[in-house]
Amino acid sequence: MNKLALTLNVNGQDYDLLCEPSRTLAQALREDLGLTGTKVGCGVGDCGACTVLVDGQTVNSCLVLATQAAGKAIVTIEGLADGPKLHPIQEAFVEHGAIQCGFCSPGMILSAKALLDANPAPSELEIRQGLSGNLCRCTGYQKIVQAVDSAARTLRGERTVG
Amino acid sequence: MAQQFDVIGSRAPRLDGPAKATGQAIFADDLHFPGMLHGAILQSPHPHARVLSVDASAARRLPGVKAVITAAEVGTIKYGVSPARYDETLFATEKVRYVGDEIAAVAAVDLATALEALSLIKVEYDPLPAVFDPLEALAEGAPLIHDEFPGNVCAEVHQEFGDVEAALAKADYVRTDSLKNKRQDGGFIETHCAVAAPDLNGRVTLYSATQVPHYVQRNVAMVLGLDLSKLRVIKPYVGGGFGPKAEATPLDYCSTALALATGKPVKMAYTREQVFLHSRARHQFIHEMTTGVTRDGKLLALKHRAILDGGAYTSFGIATVYYSGSLLGGPYRMANMKYDGLRAFTNKPACGAQRGHGGVIARALFERQLDLIAKELGIDPVRMRLENMMEVGDVTCNDLNMSSLGMRECIEAVRDGSDWGAKKGKLPRGKGIGAACGFFVSGAGYPIYRSETYHSTVTLKVDEDGGGIKVLSASAEIGQGSDTVLGMIAAESLGVPLDLVRVESGSTDFGVDLGAYSSRQTLMSGHACRDAALMAKNRILGSVAAELGVDPADLDFKNGVLISLGPVLDIAPLRTRYRKEHRGWPNLPDGEALSFAEAARMAFLAQGSIVGTGQYKPPQLGGKYKGAAVGTSPAYGCSAQVVEVAVDLDTGQVRVESITDAHDCGRAINRTAVEGQMEGSISMGLGEALFEEVKFDAKGRVVNPSLGEYHIPTIQDMPAMKCIVVESDEPNGPFGAKEVGEGAIMPTIPAILNAVFDATGAVITELPLTPERVLRAIREAQGKE
Repeated sequence: MNKLALTLNVNGQDYDLLCEPSRTLAQALREDLGLTGTKVGCGVGDCGACTVLVDGQTVNSCLVLATQAAGKAIVTIEGLADGPKLHPIQEAFVEHGAIQCGFCSPGMILSAKALLDANPAPSELEIRQGLSGNLCRCTGYQKIVQAVDSAARTLRGERTVG
Repeated sequence: MAQQFDVIGSRAPRLDGPAKATGQAIFADDLHFPGMLHGAILQSPHPHARVLSVDASAARRLPGVKAVITAAEVGTIKYGVSPARYDETLFATEKVRYVGDEIAAVAAVDLATALEALSLIKVEYDPLPAVFDPLEALAEGAPLIHDEFPGNVCAEVHQEFGDVEAALAKADYVRTDSLKNKRQDGGFIETHCAVAAPDLNGRVTLYSATQVPHYVQRNVAMVLGLDLSKLRVIKPYVGGGFGPKAEATPLDYCSTALALATGKPVKMAYTREQVFLHSRARHQFIHEMTTGVTRDGKLLALKHRAILDGGAYTSFGIATVYYSGSLLGGPYRMANMKYDGLRAFTNKPACGAQRGHGGVIARALFERQLDLIAKELGIDPVRMRLENMMEVGDVTCNDLNMSSLGMRECIEAVRDGSDWGAKKGKLPRGKGIGAACGFFVSGAGYPIYRSETYHSTVTLKVDEDGGGIKVLSASAEIGQGSDTVLGMIAAESLGVPLDLVRVESGSTDFGVDLGAYSSRQTLMSGHACRDAALMAKNRILGSVAAELGVDPADLDFKNGVLISLGPVLDIAPLRTRYRKEHRGWPNLPDGEALSFAEAARMAFLAQGSIVGTGQYKPPQLGGKYKGAAVGTSPAYGCSAQVVEVAVDLDTGQVRVESITDAHDCGRAINRTAVEGQMEGSISMGLGEALFEEVKFDAKGRVVNPSLGEYHIPTIQDMPAMKCIVVESDEPNGPFGAKEVGEGAIMPTIPAILNAVFDATGAVITELPLTPERVLRAIREAQGKE
């Protein structure tokens, strides 16, 4: 099989890999790079569990070919914490009970990051619009909305996570 | 409340929160082993056909294929959920009974090769007439799906408590209503996955995305003829279950069989489409209820008939058809109840248990009917419910004991919390408000297989150094937060802060736990955990008391330090001994009181490893009639909700604007987790009420097997929810705790239906509330005005 040589920049680090042209970004991240924090719930872009950031934009990594992401800055859930210190969005998700089974959480948190990067002070409606591509069956979303609102305040310096 | 707690009742963050927030939490599909193979299952394209032959020779020859298994290799031992009704074999031999029935499985070096191998398996089918509608399946002359079950009757229930006909004859007002729902899907975001890894001693470890490691271990061992000691089941983190992951799947059986056949680890997962084909989710129910009341609204009798569309196999269906009737015994006083339930086989994927098992649609119709009766009698529906409400200590006509019941507090809380009095009957047309109640078991009173087994065992081990505590439990953390609840119960029982406790769960090596179904983990595993912690604590206090020369009954731990209920303690000698063992260490305990770590170290030095064990099984519960076990539980959680809706009178579009929810969970172990279960239950109920429906074409194929076409609630569908935690002190629960995971879904659908009725006058008899259906009902209601 003809494999392509490509370089993926993930969480600030370059990775060289050989992969089939049909390999999705989700497969490359999970299977080639061992970054299994990116979850796959449907494989067809319905659920948003595989959301990662490519050049700051949310994408369903199951719908993007690995080759399409070459040369771009990819951020996965593994790239959010600062060493042992959780990112304020992660911290807020834990503190507010926005995580139950946790399968949607990586994608949900990255969608929240993209939202807050673009709009540091979203209204509740804007939070709901920003996360509308990510399905969660456990929480009913209310605590997720609260967590994102709380994280936004922290990131704006209005409160500090204890 | 008199008792004060240090850990219980707090909003402690989940123990697994950081791992899940960072992507470190390992789910089944994240596992990788050297040399791991990938498996796939060949499924029937026909809804009903004879299997004339299966020829896998070409598949076996394909390079990269390591094993192909069919019924010839794995045998035809029958299994299912209830041993009384084992009606499945791993692979179809004589017949396939639905699109998706399993024929064979393959393990290969990669998934692409495995899928190619499936395409090379030649199966000769002789298609048979199929039947998809439960009423058609029950009609004379319908195609017979199982030879053993004439008339396609999977199970029948006939129960009568009191004298229904006599009571109805005395009633001032009697009405009959009906409601039908649609098959719902579990909709968990993680599809099923199993990885079986053999070792060189003939043992296999099966990592499964399951709610029930214990039952998976038993079933897989039974079907594959393995000694139970040869099979360990480990549940990694699970991405939601809600019921459909509460039984062993073909992935569990196949991956284990293929691992044994190849000597290699084998991973298998369902695609999203296969989740719909496997199903085991909520049945379609067709209910008809006749209720009689006095003119002041006192409930006299309920006559109830239900038909369930079960799909091709029994799965949990016997319990489902019983639950549909038994869970109407409360929470209202009603002396006379008759139930005739019937579960039909059809050529569709088998239905099973889903959140609120069996009771959700029955509850929806009954609560709907209460509102229709209240309107007819001119009584406020909340008042009518309050006047019929059971009280603590009441026993239902079908022998369910309400050992605690905050139902009255719940409905009063949502009435007041929603400003019901200012809104009911006073909203403009198109706006409506509706209320409903419900209750559910805190763990099934009996195991699925007939046994005197403990339902839960817990082993708690104190670190030899004294500094930490490990809880070992075979319970199933599936997102509901059971690990955190067990950790909190252990910490409270020991008198230490939560951060000293680590919880390891989900492995059959850790003991017996029947798993995460019927909302049982908090009550049942919580009991075992508390007892294990108390045993360990008493062992530590015994040693410390001997060293200090005091009565152990005068000692306890609180917030991680030793306290005396009697004499002043001289801890200096013990502290000196501890310090000698830790020469050079920074941060040694130096408070006035002896720390837990120091005390536990002294106990280890005296006794060796400090281990506590606990176990729980419910006492004998329920009545003596046939099926009396279904619905029994040591305790019942209950809830009430008020829903406000806006209905577009021109399009029929229903928008739920707000929900006020109150749930009596006994004593709340973790308030954040309790609210999380309430909010999640509402979203599943709202989805089923408004849009969820698994649809089939004329050939028995699921036409919307994706989360794009099968619509579960998105973040934009969910209204603001106001959750009120009502606490009672349940005498049969650990620290007074009981369920919240399923009871909380019960009022959602009927409260929405009642609100739509309030908004429009439309009587809806079929779910989901599609705009077309609602508009038609609005027009019919207008025609009658």
